Amino acid sequence: MKHDSESYLVNKGKRKGLLAWVTSTDHKRIAILYLASIGFFFLVGALIGEIMRTELFEPGQQFISAQTYNALFTVHGIIMVFLVVIPGLSAVFGNFFLPIMIGAKDVAFPRLNLFSWYLYVIGACLAFYSLFSAARPPDTGWTFYAPYSTQTGTNVISALTAATVLGFASILTGLNFIVTVHRMRAPGMSWFRMPLFPWSVYATAWIQVLATPIIGITLLMLIAERMFKIGFFDPALGGDPVLYQHLFWTYSHPAVYVMILPAMGVITEIIPTFCQKRIFGYKAIALSSLAIAFVGYFVWGHHMFTSGMSNTAQWFFSFLTFIVAVPSAIKVFNWIATMYKGSIDLKPPFLYALAFIFLFMIGGLTGLSLGAIATNVYLHDTSFVVAHFHYIIFGGMGFAFFAAIHYWYPKMFGRMYNIKIANLGWLIIFIGFNFLFFPQFVIGMMGMPRRYFDYLPQFTFGHQISTIGGYILAVGLFIMIYNLFKGRKGPIAEANPWGGKTLEWQISSPPPHENFDEVPVITGEPYNYE
Amino acid sequence: MIMNRAEEHNNKEIAKLGMWIFIFTEIILFGGLFIVYSITRSKYSNEFHGAAAHLNVIIGAINTVILLISSTTVAMSITAVQTKNKKLALRLLMVTIVCALVFLANKYFEWSGKFHHGLYPGSDLMMELNRGYLLFFSLYFFMTGLHALHIIVGLTILLIVYYKIDKGIINHEKYVLLENGALYWHLVDLIWIFLFPLLYLIT
Repeated sequence: MKHDSESYLVNKGKRKGLLAWVTSTDHKRIAILYLASIGFFFLVGALIGEIMRTELFEPGQQFISAQTYNALFTVHGIIMVFLVVIPGLSAVFGNFFLPIMIGAKDVAFPRLNLFSWYLYVIGACLAFYSLFSAARPPDTGWTFYAPYSTQTGTNVISALTAATVLGFASILTGLNFIVTVHRMRAPGMSWFRMPLFPWSVYATAWIQVLATPIIGITLLMLIAERMFKIGFFDPALGGDPVLYQHLFWTYSHPAVYVMILPAMGVITEIIPTFCQKRIFGYKAIALSSLAIAFVGYFVWGHHMFTSGMSNTAQWFFSFLTFIVAVPSAIKVFNWIATMYKGSIDLKPPFLYALAFIFLFMIGGLTGLSLGAIATNVYLHDTSFVVAHFHYIIFGGMGFAFFAAIHYWYPKMFGRMYNIKIANLGWLIIFIGFNFLFFPQFVIGMMGMPRRYFDYLPQFTFGHQISTIGGYILAVGLFIMIYNLFKGRKGPIAEANPWGGKTLEWQISSPPPHENFDEVPVITGEPYNYE
Repeated sequence: MIMNRAEEHNNKEIAKLGMWIFIFTEIILFGGLFIVYSITRSKYSNEFHGAAAHLNVIIGAINTVILLISSTTVAMSITAVQTKNKKLALRLLMVTIVCALVFLANKYFEWSGKFHHGLYPGSDLMMELNRGYLLFFSLYFFMTGLHALHIIVGLTILLIVYYKIDKGIINHEKYVLLENGALYWHLVDLIWIFLFPLLYLIT
């Protein structure tokens, strides 16, 4: 019996070392594989971001050429979007904690799960191949807009193939999670007894399954167009470039919710734990995840207000964009209401969660000015959009990722990091982030276009603050990662260091191979504080 | 023993649910193509009308019948396995596999006929065509090509299923792989049912 309660970190079976990890179908080990690969790609993407910020410190050319700059923002976008934030939370923490939180021993298809990770790695290799082979990295931006993407002489085909393969990895992960939630819940775990992180991962999985095939086929068409001059999208060949944009954003807008929904789920787990209080509005939060997933499917047109659409389509998409803000706001109000009269414990995960709410609100409210047609036309393709996007994706998904790693670290590794250094890292990251991106709202409103290599002198001050903010952020990230890395040798953590109520805190740390010695039976709601 | 039965049943439900969701994603994948088809068709309706007349309706119709037969026989082989008639199940499955091969052979002759006339993606003739004709033939090659790829995948699955029935791994108690293989085959059939009128019949 002792063998069964052994930690998942201890190798089981004959294989040793790395081989025991890359052949394991244990959802926890696959989650760690994702964590390592995503962490690596994040650092590469961040480094490229810092290079771009350094280049933009002064007007004119500093140390890289304009073409290199085009390649850098494309590569930064492809790595960060396809390799980091889309899989991000769902593949790492969804994989690790979704089965545990619903009382299952593993996901529904463990081998498919491992296969998805291999697809992810193949996609990543293709992406890196396109970036570093023959010195012709793609320069289309991560959106691959036709007809430029069908004409440029750079490595677009391998980048497109990479995105397609990564899309399949995402579909299979989503499929796995849907079936897991439907069929693997522990006895007594009814839908409305499920914790809210699994709810959000479930809603995300539906988006992954229903939206990703569209980008798959679109990118395949783009590949065929490049290879055979077919002319689906190139107007010179009789095609329609706006059609490409429609198909692209039909996926890529829902993909934003693939990034942010699990982030909201993480925050919803952290807040009740550190307030020691039942979550306010459980059902509203659970169902708002599904509402976001559903409505988020019909708002893609707001990326295209200046691309040439009928007026009817414009106001329709604008209206729906405002509607999709409602379920997000419901969540924010419920989080705040949960904190009311709670006994708040300001630990690193909670600090990150607070930063998430603050930054997500700035990102969300600036999103409304982009969703309104009149202001959108003024702000379109300015650095205001860049700032808005980063407030949602980095300030939202990124901070939620940091919150999640600090929250679940003692459970995943059975050790505790240094809390004081973690707090310091949080503070520096938070300050650096705001210095980095807030000025971009301002210069964007003044007229600074996005994706420009050079700029007029009046934007210099804003760009310099932004670049300095980038360096502060880098210092903060270094402190955080160093602290987490060192935490592997830290003091041994208790099974439930934060006093959480959900299932993952009821088992030993790190979790045993099979998660539960005996199948748990659920008799009540997940957040029964008081 | 009862516990095992329940678990077995649950595993079967899991596998089938996974397959159905996968089939949704396949339908959406082709859905993207159908959207592009309808938009280009509305833009170039005359050219599509003219170009479709160049496709061989007879081969298309034969292939439709072949796929319908193959779908029937694979469905019948499930019943045969359920009623423990292994020999019949194998025979029916073999009919499906042969049908799939005949379909591919027809496709080969149809395509090589087009290639022979210099009509293939990226050829000089294609480049000289009127834009509407070019888009029609491009869509024709792209859609039927992607469909043929699905036929090959389906064929591979059916061959594995055939082997497993033969070895007794798939039997009257455990046949979810056969069911899922058949589901996939029906999907491939269904997509063709839409492709055939859209490309061959609407002229």
